Amino acid sequence: MSTAVEITDLRKSFDGGNTFILKGINLQIPKDKVTVIIGFSGTGKSVLIKHILGLIEPTSGSVRIFDHEIKHMSEDEVIQLRCKMGMLFQHAALFDDMTVIENVMFPLKEHRPELGKSEIRRIAEEKLIQSGMEEIHFNKLPAELSGGMRKRVGLARALSLDPEILIYDEPTTGLDPILTEMVDDLILSTHRRIEGATSIVISHDLNAAFRIGENIVMLDKGTVLMQGTPQDFLNTDNKFIRRFVDKGIRRE
Amino acid sequence: MMKVWLEYRQRVNASIDEFFIGLYEKFVSVVYGFGQTLVFTHQCARYMFSKPSRFSNMIQHMHFIGNDSIIIIALTGCFTGLALSYQIYIGFNLVNATNLVGPTVALGIFKELAPVLTGLIVAARAGGAMAAQLGTMRVSEQIDALEVMGVNPKQYLVSPRILASFLTLPLLCGAFDFIAIHGSELLCVNVLGLDSAIFWDKIETWIEPKDIIEGLIKSAVFGITFSAICCKTGFYTSGGAKGVGEATNRGVVNSMVWIIILNFFVSNIIRMYFTIAEAL
Repeated sequence: MSTAVEITDLRKSFDGGNTFILKGINLQIPKDKVTVIIGFSGTGKSVLIKHILGLIEPTSGSVRIFDHEIKHMSEDEVIQLRCKMGMLFQHAALFDDMTVIENVMFPLKEHRPELGKSEIRRIAEEKLIQSGMEEIHFNKLPAELSGGMRKRVGLARALSLDPEILIYDEPTTGLDPILTEMVDDLILSTHRRIEGATSIVISHDLNAAFRIGENIVMLDKGTVLMQGTPQDFLNTDNKFIRRFVDKGIRRE
Repeated sequence: MMKVWLEYRQRVNASIDEFFIGLYEKFVSVVYGFGQTLVFTHQCARYMFSKPSRFSNMIQHMHFIGNDSIIIIALTGCFTGLALSYQIYIGFNLVNATNLVGPTVALGIFKELAPVLTGLIVAARAGGAMAAQLGTMRVSEQIDALEVMGVNPKQYLVSPRILASFLTLPLLCGAFDFIAIHGSELLCVNVLGLDSAIFWDKIETWIEPKDIIEGLIKSAVFGITFSAICCKTGFYTSGGAKGVGEATNRGVVNSMVWIIILNFFVSNIIRMYFTIAEAL
């Protein structure tokens, strides 16, 4: 099994080493699979993702993406690497002064201007339709869209550069159960449609983790508590994880 | 009795210590903030001419800063010219020197009032909007989204705004000069009964191009000042809607204070430059 992201003894402190948010994370995220990173609030999930995206530097340890160590990369190389990654933000983070179609065209205009305006528009429309958006909404502003629609546009934008790694930051937080299921299905269908794509989902929703995850990583207090398949989590003897899993399953 | 006195002394000493420590901390935070803004401005200046070009963004910002401010600048300029002329006329009338009202008004407007008032008005209007817009983008993760997409947010969002302010403020200052001096003429000639030919002749005699250039240079400096301060406060906003409000408020207030402080120093630097240039 090849690895998309390999993290070794990752430590991160924001106050010069007094307190560590990440306390020696060792993690391998397999290629072509949906990996769900779960954990309570404040366990370092977002900090971990920022390391994967190269947005912050580790205090110590290493983060390797497709066998390339991020901290040894130049600024241009990090930008090139980020073009291979797409991210769907918690609240979609759409540019509110751009229309739906302009939002999706934006990354293409920035990184592939040689395609020309009409080709960029064609790709953007294709990505929006793949994400389940209807043409009638293409010229609307994000403020005119519902929460679910915004997620779809955010996903279309994340897909616009055909990324090899797709990251979803708490995609179902604050959504009702129907929308939650819709977003989960969208993640799965997107993952199945893109050949060779690696999906990383940050969540504290155990139901979603079991529904979509092929590989689950549980973080607690800045360390990896357990990594394995949903079945491994169901069969674990660890009392803390069992309680977490039982609660999640009972709720489901 | 002695014990009470000692306790009293200790309390007084503690209060004095607290006051000076507070003052020192405030001073350090001001110096730190100033340094941060300088570093931020330097970083953004480096990105101004790097690829990809943000020329169309800059034109949009110039339109917002310039076109959308021109009415308020015209209004302020006109009434500043009128008010200043009237006050100077009253003073000069006492010593029978009303012929010098024109150049005195012109000097005051060209060198001080036009750049400072233009800077303050645009800082309040466009600077506040810049801080609020960038602050909203920060708290709604739009700036993070740019970074994730491999787009440098400082190069995309901040550099065009600073460059647009730097280029637009002198134009607005020029418009202020033009309207204010004509407002002054309107009052002096039509209401106060001064001769139009003398008014313009005295201005021509006493005012040199360097007086106008000084104001234009100062306004360009104020353009960089307010846009850098407001963009920096907006760019590093945290704490949701409340944070955006506070950042906007802080950006506008700091810009105004720094414009007034810098006005003194920049005026002296420019005068020194002209003096040295003339001597050479």
